[in-house]
Amino acid sequence: MTDTPMLDVRDLQMHFPIGGGLLDRLRVGAGGIRFDNPVVHAVNGVSFKIARGAIMALVGESGCGKSTVAKTIARIYKPTAGEVQVEGEDIAGYGFADLLPVRARMQMIFQDPYASLNPRQRVRDIVAEPLLEQTKGAQDRKDVPRRIEELLARVGLNAEHAGRYPHQFSGGQRQRIGIARALSVTPGLIIADEPVSALDVSIQAQILNLMKDLRDEFGLAYLFISHDLSVVNHIADQVGVMYLGFLVEHAPRDVLFKRPRHPYTRALLSAAPSIKEKRDTEEIVLSGEVPSALSLPSGCCFRTRCPFAWERCAQERPVLQDVGDGQTVACHLIDEPERDKV
Amino acid sequence: MTDQPLLSVRDLRTYFHTFSGTVKAVDGVSFEIGQGEVMGLVGESGGGKSVVGFSILGLIDSPGKIEGGEILLNGKDLAAASEAELREVRGREISMVFQDPMTSLNPLHTVGRQMDEVLRLHTDLDAKARQTACVEMLESVGISRAAERLKAYPHQFSGGMRQRVVIAIALLARPRLIIADEPTTALDVTIQSQILKLMRSQIAEKGASMILITHDLAVVSEMADHITVLYCGKVVERGHTRDLIEAPSHPYTRGLIDSIPDTENRHERLSQVPGTVPDIRNLPKGCNFQDRCPRAQALCAEQEPALAPQHGSLYAACHFPLKPGEAA
Repeated sequence: MTDTPMLDVRDLQMHFPIGGGLLDRLRVGAGGIRFDNPVVHAVNGVSFKIARGAIMALVGESGCGKSTVAKTIARIYKPTAGEVQVEGEDIAGYGFADLLPVRARMQMIFQDPYASLNPRQRVRDIVAEPLLEQTKGAQDRKDVPRRIEELLARVGLNAEHAGRYPHQFSGGQRQRIGIARALSVTPGLIIADEPVSALDVSIQAQILNLMKDLRDEFGLAYLFISHDLSVVNHIADQVGVMYLGFLVEHAPRDVLFKRPRHPYTRALLSAAPSIKEKRDTEEIVLSGEVPSALSLPSGCCFRTRCPFAWERCAQERPVLQDVGDGQTVACHLIDEPERDKV
Repeated sequence: MTDQPLLSVRDLRTYFHTFSGTVKAVDGVSFEIGQGEVMGLVGESGGGKSVVGFSILGLIDSPGKIEGGEILLNGKDLAAASEAELREVRGREISMVFQDPMTSLNPLHTVGRQMDEVLRLHTDLDAKARQTACVEMLESVGISRAAERLKAYPHQFSGGMRQRVVIAIALLARPRLIIADEPTTALDVTIQSQILKLMRSQIAEKGASMILITHDLAVVSEMADHITVLYCGKVVERGHTRDLIEAPSHPYTRGLIDSIPDTENRHERLSQVPGTVPDIRNLPKGCNFQDRCPRAQALCAEQEPALAPQHGSLYAACHFPLKPGEAA
C-alpha cells in the first residue's frame, strides 16, 4: 500500500441548502406560484492528492470554500458528491460508527484556540479524549496517562500543565494543546484549519516550527488551510488556490510562487504586503469583491473581477489543465496567451 | 513640515487598576507626529498599542485612568481637557477607524444618517449641503451609486465596503489626525490592499496625519513614514521605516522581523522569539524583554534601559543594541 496516497480527494462537492420556511421561499411570478430552493455552492468539484509525509496547503480569501473542504474531508459535513479516500478507503458515505476507526488516522487542528478546547476540562482530559475513544482494552488504558505526559512534553508543555484548565494558557500554548490532542492517536494525516492565524507573529513562528518538526518526526501529512501566503510559502510542498469553491490553480510551492499562471493567484501574490522595499511582482489590482456563492457566475467563476476576461469566459467554464512541472491551471488564458496583457 | 509637530505625546502613562493588581498598559510612552506624516505603532497583543490610541481620544473608562503625561495637539493638552472639550476634538480634529467595521457602525441607522451626524455636530452646513458632502465623500472612497447607498443599512454592505464607509465617516469633518486601529486586520488580502491604497491617497489628498496601529509589520512598512515599537507598554524602538525594518537595533524588533516567513530566502525553520510576553501585572526588574532576549546579560536584570540614539534615525531602549548587519 506504499503507493496509495494518504489522502485522495476526487471531485468533492459540498452544497448547503439554506431552506427557510415555506413562506420565505415563496415566489409569485409570471408562471404562478413557485418555491425557491436556494443552495450555497460552497465546494464545486475539488480534486487533489496528498502523499504520505507531504504538506498540501489550500489558500484563498474568506468564502472561497477552503474551510468547507477541510471540514468535509474530516467528515464534519457529509459531502454532496465526490470521494474522500483516506489511504485508499472511500469515507465519503460513512456513518458515525464507520468513521471511528478512520479518526485514528486523521485528526484536525482548529483555528481558534479559545473555542476549540472545552473550558471545563483539564488539559490532560482534553488530550486523552480521542485516545480513550480509540483504546478499549483495560490494559491499554493504563498506558494513557504516561502517553499524555509524553505528548505534552513533545509539544513543549510540562507535566505540571496537565492539571490546568484552558483559560490558564496563552493562545500559543492552547494551540500546542490542540496539536497534542490531534497527535494522541498517532494519525497519518492532520487537517489544520488556519492553525496560526489567531496568533501573534512571534508565536506563529514557534507553532509553524513545531508543526514542521512533528512532520519530520512522525511522517505526518498535513492539509494546511490558510489565507496567509507567506505562511503557506514557508510550510507547504504543494499549494492549491481556491476561489468560490473551485480549485483554480494547483502546483508545487516553488513553481506557484515563482510562476503563478492564474490571474487570481497573481493578484493574491501581488496584494500581499511585504516588508521588502521593492516588489518585482506585477501588480494586478482586483476591483470589486467575491460574488455570492448562492448564484455562481456563468462560465469562469473569476470573470467578474478578472482584468483579462472576455466573451469566452462567460460562456465556458475553464477546467484544470496541465501546464508542466506539476502545475495545473483553470484559465482560458492558457489557450490564448496573447490576451495576457492589461 | 512646520517646526511644531501636530501631535506630541510625552511620557504618557495609562494604568488599569484591577483587583489582581495595577496593569501599566501604557507606561511612559512618548512620540511626535508631524503634519501629513504616517506613524506606525507596532507590537504584539497586550503591548498597549490600542490603549495609546484610546488615551489620545480620552476614551479610557474606569478602572483605567491616564495617570500622567501630556498629549499635545497643536500645543493643547488633551490629557487635561474636559469631556466637553474632548467632544469637540473627537471626529472634528481627530477621528478613529476601528478594526471591526461591523461593530463600529450602528446597525439600526442608515449609513447616511451616521455620516450626517458627523457633519451636523461639527459643521454648520444645512441639510442639503451635508447630503452633497456625504455623497461626494462616499464616491471618493470608491462606493458607486452613493446617493442610493446612503439609504442602506450597514448589514447591506460587505466587509470591505463597510470599512470604506467607516473611513468615509472618519474623513468627513476633515480631521487633522486619523487614528486607525488595525483597520485591515479583519479583511482579506486583496481587499486589504484596496483599503490601504485608499487610505494612503485620501490622507495625501486631505493633508491629514495618521497613526496606524497594527501587529502586521508588512502593512506598516508599506504605509508608515516612521515606526514606534511597543513592548509591555513601553517604547522599545523607534525610527524611520526603512532604517527600522532593514537594520533594527533592538533584539525584539529583530525577532519580530525574523519571525515573518521570508518569501525569497526560505529557511527550513523560522527564527522564533522564544517564550511569551510576561504577565504585565508582574513585570521583571530591569528590561521587560530579558527573558526572551538572546543578548541578555546580568545588567539587563538590574537596570531598565532608557531610550537612546542608535545608528541612523533609530532610538532603542536596550543595553546591548544590535549594530547594522549584526545577527540577534
